[in-house]
Parts: sequence; structure tokens; C-alpha cells
Amino acid sequence: MHVDREPYAVLERVFREEAGRLTASLVRLLGDFDLAEELVSEAIVEALEHWTRDGVPERASSWLLTTARRKGLDRLRRQAKYRQKLALVAALPTEPPREGDDRLRLIFTCCHPVLGREAQVALTLRAVVGLTTEEIARAFMVHEETLAKRIVRAKHKIVASGVPYRIPAGDELMTRLNEVLTVIYLVFNEGYVATAGSEPIRRDLARDAEWLATLLMRLMPQEPEVIGLVALIRLHLARWPARLDSEGRLLLLESQNRALWDRRAIADAVRLIERASALGRPGPYQIEASIAALHCEAPTWDETDWPQILALYSLLTAIDSSPIVRLNRAIALRYVDGAEAALCEVDSLAGSLSRYHLFHATRAALLRELGRTAEADRAEVEGIGLTKNLAERALMAERLAGGGDSRPEPGSD
Amino acid sequence: MKYMLLITQGEWFANGSVAEREKSMEKVVEWWGKMFASGKMVGGHQLQSPDTATTVVIERGKHTLLDRPLMEAKEAIGGYGILEAADIDEALAIVKTMPQPDGKVEVRPIIERAR
Repeated sequence: MHVDREPYAVLERVFREEAGRLTASLVRLLGDFDLAEELVSEAIVEALEHWTRDGVPERASSWLLTTARRKGLDRLRRQAKYRQKLALVAALPTEPPREGDDRLRLIFTCCHPVLGREAQVALTLRAVVGLTTEEIARAFMVHEETLAKRIVRAKHKIVASGVPYRIPAGDELMTRLNEVLTVIYLVFNEGYVATAGSEPIRRDLARDAEWLATLLMRLMPQEPEVIGLVALIRLHLARWPARLDSEGRLLLLESQNRALWDRRAIADAVRLIERASALGRPGPYQIEASIAALHCEAPTWDETDWPQILALYSLLTAIDSSPIVRLNRAIALRYVDGAEAALCEVDSLAGSLSRYHLFHATRAALLRELGRTAEADRAEVEGIGLTKNLAERALMAERLAGGGDSRPEPGSD
Repeated sequence: MKYMLLITQGEWFANGSVAEREKSMEKVVEWWGKMFASGKMVGGHQLQSPDTATTVVIERGKHTLLDRPLMEAKEAIGGYGILEAADIDEALAIVKTMPQPDGKVEVRPIIERAR
């Protein structure tokens, strides 16, 4: 393989794959997160130097492991605090382990429930995806120092509290897998709709989440919810090019140019959903993916299969009766039973969603359809006050200024 | 690994009815008995009520006594245990079998030094 025009893009792919694998193996072999990461990052520094000059070696993984091992030995001899690890590093294999992939262990460890959500997200992006603390900090708009501390604390807690480096089994697997899927979907959503700032869509995190979900699917090919999450993410990404207008403003699903949707990606994702459902264990990600697929397959907004979408939302509320899911169901209800029925549902959620901007946006649209303009305006103003995302604010302000027909995007995706 | 379990008193103990408390206490005592017998619990005690606590504050070598426990009343510690477990997963699984009807349990790894 040669490095020509975009050496860094090629390197990034190789690093993500090989360095990720290597880190995971070293954590297992050395039982030390920090040491494993330091060795790998030193090997990467050296690889950057050599590979940009001479090209990526045939056996990149062996190259990295050998370099990490040699660098490690040099370093450990100099550093007192690591001296007892010397024998462990010296005993490292010279060839990367062939059997299995330690990354699954690493993913489950990074998403262990003793860590808070923010720590799980930061550590997963750092250790599994290989982002730098600076990249993660920028993506989540926190100080680099804050983020670095979060990661250090998480790693320390894993070691000090005896978090086992293993893939959970039996009954535990499902709850722990859910934890992992939540982390991945959260990263995706953070990339898909930034909650604050002037750039409405931060593409990288969404792609990172897709990569991570795909990796998980490769490592656990028999888990239908993992497949469902991959399909869901890919369906969102298939509509990506149509989400913004020429001035970078967010467009509602209804006004998107469907010719810009990636038909092939949609067809691929639908096949994934079919593969997942063939495994016979339905779950929320599969249902959400099916809903997204119905939207993607409708040739026009008016041809959307609302009764089917409503049925899927009803199924979803049976599993997850959270107010957000019920709000989305109410939106589907509008196109099946009408605005009156939908408004009744939406109003019943006022207690739990009064701080959520899409609750007010949905209410406003329903009130407007029913001709209750003054109430609609009030709801819209309330919604604008609650969103931190400038693109969403602009969209709502535009409606208020007489944008006319204004349906909220179904699925609040 | 060893873990310290810091167990709050819980509503059931502080404010529950006498009959309810006795019923729960029976289960609690049985659970601890089993844990000690199996060797998983290597230490632990129930403590006298929080209003018997004295807190010693040390400031630059000076000592001040406070006539109250460290923690706020709603999280007052009612007892502790020292648990021996393979890892945090086992420790948490054991804690989840504790029979008291409410309260909180802090699970904190203990630093073990060779003596």
C-alpha cells in the first residue's frame, strides 16, 4: 500500500483500525490502561515519521506492536514508576495475537456502568476510537483540561475499583450491551444535531459513531439491536446531504429534496433491518430503524406510510414509555387521526416536557393547523427560548415571522 | 479485592413502623449471617444511631468536637461491611442482593497494603 495524495487520511484509517486493536490487546496483556495507551501513542509518533516517508508497511500491525514493545522497554528502564511492568512488556509477543479481537472487551470496559455517562463517552472515544483529548473536548465544547481530567479519573476508577476486563455473559450481557449502544447513539446525536454553537452539524462525531457501531456489529454479528443501531445511524446519514439548505439552515424532513438522499445506503440499511428481524429478538433500535426506513422509502412526504409509522411508535411506547417517544408517537397520530387527537396527546405531556423545545414546536404546529394562531405564536416563542442551537432557532423564528405551514420533523431525529 | 460498604440507615429503619422494621431487620440479620458464614463478608458492624456520633475536626493541629455525624441526616451511615470479591461486578452483584427495603450503599475499593 502506498501513501500518496492523502497520506494522513490513509494513515488515520490504518491507525484507527490497527492502533485500536493494539491498544485493546495491550490493555489485556499489561493490565494497565495508561501504559498501553502510552506505548501505542509512541509507536504512532514513530509510524507517522516513517510511514509518511516510506509508505505504510505490508504488516502494519506487527510493525506497530514491535515498535510499541521496543519503545516501551526503553521507556520503562528510565521510569521508576513503571519498573515493575518491565517484565510484562519484555514478555509481550512479537507478533500480534491472531485469535479474537480484544476491542470488544475494551468497549465493554469503557462503558462499564460504574462510570458516569460523560466518562463512558469520553473514554470510549479516546481508547476505542482513538480520538485525542483535544478532539473530544472540541467536539463536546468543554475545556480540554476538564476532559483530560474526566478521562484520567475514569481510567483510575477502572483500575482502583477492580472493573474486570471482560465481555459480560448471560443475563448481564443485555443490560451491559444497552449501555454500550446508548453511548454510541449519544455520540451520534451529538454529531448530528449540536445542541449549541453556530455550526448546526458536526460531521465527525456522527461518522465516528457510525464507525464504532459498525465495529460493534462486526464483533457481535448475532445481536439484532446492534444491527438495528447501525441501520438507524446509516439511515440518518443517508439523508445527510439534504438536511441543510444552501445557506446552512436546517431543513424539515418535509421540505428536504429527496433526490439528494442516498438511495443505495437506504437499501443497504433496509437489508440490515431485515437481517436483524430474522434473528427474532425485536428491540427499540430495530423499531426506530424501521420507522426511519419508512420515512426514507416514501417517494414524497405525502406518500409517507403514517399508519405503519404509528403502529411502530405504539410498539415502541410499549417498551419505552418515555415522554419523548410519546411525543413522536403523537406526531404520527396527527397524520392518522388528525391534529385534534394529536394535540390532546401532546398536552398530556406538558408536565414532563415543558423544558423541551420540540414539545413547544410540535404544539405550535398543531395549534396552527387548528386555527388557534395566538396560542400557536405563544408556544413558538416559548420553544425558541429553549433551544441553544442557532440553526434550530433560526428555523423557528422564520416560522413565527410567517413561514406559514410548519410541521415539525417527525421522529425528532 | 476488598470493598468497604457504607450503608445508610434508610427510611425503613429511621421512620418505619415497629412491625415493619422488625420484619425487615430479620431479613437483614439473616443476610449478614449468611455472608459472614460464606467468608465473603470479612468484617462489618451495625452502628449506634447517628445522634450518638461525635465528629472531631482537625485544623492545623487543633481539635474541635462537633456533636453530630459527618453526613447529613438523610444519608446518615447506619452500618458498614468489608466485602471480599473478585472484582467490582461481583461486589455489585452481592450488594444488589441486600434485603433492606430502601437506603443507599456506597461501594468503595479498599487500598490493600502488604504488612
